[in-house]
Amino acid sequence: MAEQSREVLRAEHISKSFGQVTALKDISMHLNRGEVLGLLGDNGAGKSTLMKIFTGFHQPTSGKLFLNGREVTLKSVAHGRQMGVECVYQDLALVNEINVYRNMFLQREPTRGGFLGILNDRAMRKAASEHLGRIGVNIPSVDAEVSKLSGGQRQAIAVARSVYQKSDLLLLDEPTAAMGAKESAQILDVIQRLREQGDMAIIIIAHNYAQVFDVCDRVNLVEGGKIVFDKPTAETSVQELTDLVVNEYRMARASVHEA
Amino acid sequence: MNDQTSAGTASGQTRTGDKPARRPLSGAGIFFLRQREASILIAGILLVIYFQISSSAFLSGPNLGNLVQYSATTAIIAAGEVFVLVCGELDLSVGMVYALTPFVMFFAVSAGLPVWLAVILGLLAAAVVGLINGAVTTLLKVPSFVTTLGMLFLINGFTLTISGGFPVQPQAGAVFTGIFGANALALMAWAVVIALLFQFVLKKTRWGLHTVATGGNPHGAAEVGIKTKTIKTGNFVLCSVLGGLAGILDAFRIGSIDPLSGGTEIMFAAIASAVIGGTLLAGGVGTILGALLGALVLGILKDGFTLLGVSAYTFDMILGGAILVTMVINVRLTLLKERGGL
Ligand SMILES: Nc1ncnc2c1ncn2[C@@H]1O[C@H](COP(=O)(O)OP(=O)(O)O)[C@@H](O)[C@H]1O
Ligand SMILES: [Mg+2]
Repeated sequence: MAEQSREVLRAEHISKSFGQVTALKDISMHLNRGEVLGLLGDNGAGKSTLMKIFTGFHQPTSGKLFLNGREVTLKSVAHGRQMGVECVYQDLALVNEINVYRNMFLQREPTRGGFLGILNDRAMRKAASEHLGRIGVNIPSVDAEVSKLSGGQRQAIAVARSVYQKSDLLLLDEPTAAMGAKESAQILDVIQRLREQGDMAIIIIAHNYAQVFDVCDRVNLVEGGKIVFDKPTAETSVQELTDLVVNEYRMARASVHEA
Repeated sequence: MNDQTSAGTASGQTRTGDKPARRPLSGAGIFFLRQREASILIAGILLVIYFQISSSAFLSGPNLGNLVQYSATTAIIAAGEVFVLVCGELDLSVGMVYALTPFVMFFAVSAGLPVWLAVILGLLAAAVVGLINGAVTTLLKVPSFVTTLGMLFLINGFTLTISGGFPVQPQAGAVFTGIFGANALALMAWAVVIALLFQFVLKKTRWGLHTVATGGNPHGAAEVGIKTKTIKTGNFVLCSVLGGLAGILDAFRIGSIDPLSGGTEIMFAAIASAVIGGTLLAGGVGTILGALLGALVLGILKDGFTLLGVSAYTFDMILGGAILVTMVINVRLTLLKERGGL
């Protein structure tokens, strides 16, 4: 661990356009190992797009990205993973028709027979079952097809899948969106444990900032593709964030009325 | 606190809920598919009994030979079609590739190449068609229904042009002809071996898993890094090559290469076999063995009706009705699947 660099992520002046739509404008941020950043913002603010730039799913239109102190141009998600970036997408990226343990290893399945790529189901089943037990995820069986699980269980599987890889940067896009309070608490518990271990940097996108506030070290607010607020949680409060969001909402309403 | 609870389960299995653990739910899914395969098998057996009672010639050697000849090549094409359907696409051009491939082989032999090389060249030509289908569909984002419909006409016209519209005779030694399906047993062996092989590929290999993932959740599959375009293109190639192989097998069996053979009829039969066998048109769910059984059931129907003296027109009506009913069931199942009820 000693030789791992402290600064895991640095983004400098990142912009991203999809044709006419500018999703991100001049985003800069940095994150250290062991830190948890909460990324807040309205729907369409650009949070998911930013995540997908960090994973290598999208390439930025301009700007620089540094991972572990080195500048990188991520060519693909596979490349991003190689560089130690893991992500739980908002849409979970689980396949309903496939069972839990195969989903857990999707795209990095242990195989036999070289280029034939015969799946090693036994190894996957065992590793998945042990890993889920270790982080305390509760499902009927790793043989269950994902379509048979509840929203919360699916979310837990998706988080577990990302945590299984010893990554440097873990990105969670609305990890508690589909969950009840009890299930959310379980996921936040996993995040808190990872934070205490201090091996990775974590970014959590959340609508419900009150819920994630306690596990975050810092909070950023994204608005119209820009970071408009950046404070350590120690220097802010759920109240201040609420005021910000209410303010944003009032301005949005005012502009609707004007139009 | 947390460390203790997690240490407690670290070496154990996944914690089960308060209720006694329900048996693997995926078991239910597999059971369903098995059941689907089993129900087709039962339907097939019932049909055989019915036709045997109606006409004692049904279970005679020559008639079974007929049945196998019809079903085997359909099943081989259906295996390829299942892969295309499972990854969320459709190949309408495969029946025309079936007609084209033996001609490529014929011209290669006429040009003085050995037969084995001519067969490979034919299959390569088929692969190129699949590659174009895949590239146009994935890179230019044209729906595969449209891509392969265009390809259907294009290949048909091409085959008719190079053949001048007349059949020719395939030339090869007796051994070669024997292996390539001159008799019903060899043909059935091809179909069964291909079905078993590709059932394994679909259920037990990375390629198969990624095919299911691509059809089941295209966006999610791409997000975890599966090269969905490669998977789709590969499956178009696979379907085309199997279509070409079926065409070559039938050419040797019939002893004639007919530019008008196969076409839309065998393509529809292959898709119908896949769907009757339990493959969902929506992608993500399919079975090769089911498709083989589906092809056999279609063969039994066609053969039985012929024996009973039912005219080809009437047969087409019955077949069309049967396919419609199956499709309706299929669509219902797809809806169920989308609601997460399957
Ligand atoms: N692939 C895409 N193509 C075009 N526009 C996109 C794409 N992805 C996101 N956008 C647009 O970028 C903006 C930001 O979207 P997103 O990052 O999903 O926001 P958030 O996650 O904060 O809700 C939105 O206006 C959205 O419509
Ligand atoms: Mg989003």
